[in-house]
Amino acid sequence: MLSSPVVETINMNVILGKHRVLEDINLVIESGEMVGIIGPNGAGKTTLMRVLLGLLKPTSGQVKLFGASPDRMGKKRDRVGYMPQSPVFSRHFPLSCLDVVTMGSFTATSLGRLFTGQMREKALRCLEMVGLLPLKNKPFAELSGGQQQRVLLARALVKDPLLLLLDEPNAGLDLPTQNHFFALLKELQSRYGLTVVIVSHDLVMISRYAGRLICINRTMHLHGEPLDVLQSSDLGKAYRCELDFLCGKVGV
Amino acid sequence: MEIFQYGFMQRAFIAVIMVSLLCSTLSFFVVLNRLAFMGAGISHAILGGMAIGVLTGINPLYTGSILAVLLALLIGYMSRYGNIHEDTLIGIFFAAGMAFGIALISLKDGYYPELFSLLFGNVLAVSGQDLWFLAGVMLLILLFISFFFKELLTISFDEELARANGLPSTALYLGLLASLALTVVVSVVVVGVVLSSALLVIPAASGFRFSRNYRLMLFFSVITGLSSGLAGLTASYYYDIPSGASIVLCAAAIFFSSFLPLLFRKICFIFRKISFSLSNKKTLT
Repeated sequence: MLSSPVVETINMNVILGKHRVLEDINLVIESGEMVGIIGPNGAGKTTLMRVLLGLLKPTSGQVKLFGASPDRMGKKRDRVGYMPQSPVFSRHFPLSCLDVVTMGSFTATSLGRLFTGQMREKALRCLEMVGLLPLKNKPFAELSGGQQQRVLLARALVKDPLLLLLDEPNAGLDLPTQNHFFALLKELQSRYGLTVVIVSHDLVMISRYAGRLICINRTMHLHGEPLDVLQSSDLGKAYRCELDFLCGKVGV
Repeated sequence: MEIFQYGFMQRAFIAVIMVSLLCSTLSFFVVLNRLAFMGAGISHAILGGMAIGVLTGINPLYTGSILAVLLALLIGYMSRYGNIHEDTLIGIFFAAGMAFGIALISLKDGYYPELFSLLFGNVLAVSGQDLWFLAGVMLLILLFISFFFKELLTISFDEELARANGLPSTALYLGLLASLALTVVVSVVVVGVVLSSALLVIPAASGFRFSRNYRLMLFFSVITGLSSGLAGLTASYYYDIPSGASIVLCAAAIFFSSFLPLLFRKICFIFRKISFSLSNKKTLT
């Protein structure tokens, strides 16, 4: 029997208030893929991410993660790691890097149970994976933007997920830091066979690292290998602007 | 010791220890979640609930608790699922509850000594029955917090992560608000409606001044709460001042003392700068 895709949406529609945010989305993401979801502002990228996380229910159609609906995954939910869009955490929250990473392991299955040494060991291992073990006791608020993103990546990895969902992980980072972050992500993805879904504005950076791009603007406009998507004339239609401006200087 | 020879002082000390412990623990989450206005709002709004108790002869702690929990859950629920901001709702209930309480108490004939006790607290009048109520509330809330501490910390820091990890964030948040509401009611016994929000803010604010580690912040919060409670009550006995005001002043003194090392460093810096410029002048001349 064939195993089900890691992510699958079938004729999915999302209506928020009076607005149809996503329309007829059909997605299949297989195990081990690194997929970039691109689109202009207000295209519904973050809404799609929220649906995949089970934070929002689709108005119609189906969403499946590992063959189950996101809101009925039970223990399978622990297979999903999540890194949120540009964090808006309080600068004064008294947490160290290790505390932040450990939080990733507080799930429905550990509800009301005591904090264990195993959770701490895992968090230390994940901090080591992103190269921040020496900063484990440093206050999270005192880290640079790039370091904070790496800590949040470690937090997403702490459950040993099979699927990583990242919402604009490079927002607000300079180019060298973005490059470093994506190289690290790519290395972890190939080393642990993770399936990675990244929502990004940055066509240049995402096309360098993703194996496949999916372009949405309310509905799915394009999907395929980065070069094909960036050279397609439909990309300009999805973004409603000149194609040369979008990918003429991408250099892929 | 002379202070402990009276039954009312013994009960007052037990009440202060319990309320300080509870308030300083809740204070940790109040400061992290910026719920100070929620605490102030509930404390004023419950005057209405306590006034019902005064009028009907039921213990005001019971009627106040019921109203406080209902209000906290209503504010929490409406701010999440309605179209009104939390602070707007608190602002409305803050004034409406207090106005309702004043109106109810004024229905009683003659002078209203109860109103003064509710507004400024009267820990010396705590009865044995009140102590049992305080102990029950304290046990219930401390059990809830210790059972779900790591989850409450997670929703305070990043609620979206908590929801993505399958944690029942809304239920936990409403549980935290209900705990806050009950804590406000018991703190009214000690310091009254007007000053109770101080016990929910100052301990953790002081804890945060002493440490940037959440465990130590919680520890210093509890230490600040307990020491200001005990010192304030003792001072109120010897200097004949209202216990509520005395406890809040002790807590405020601890908070402001945390700035002393910073002040000392600034003064040293200024002196060094002056002496440096003076020695430079001498060299030039």
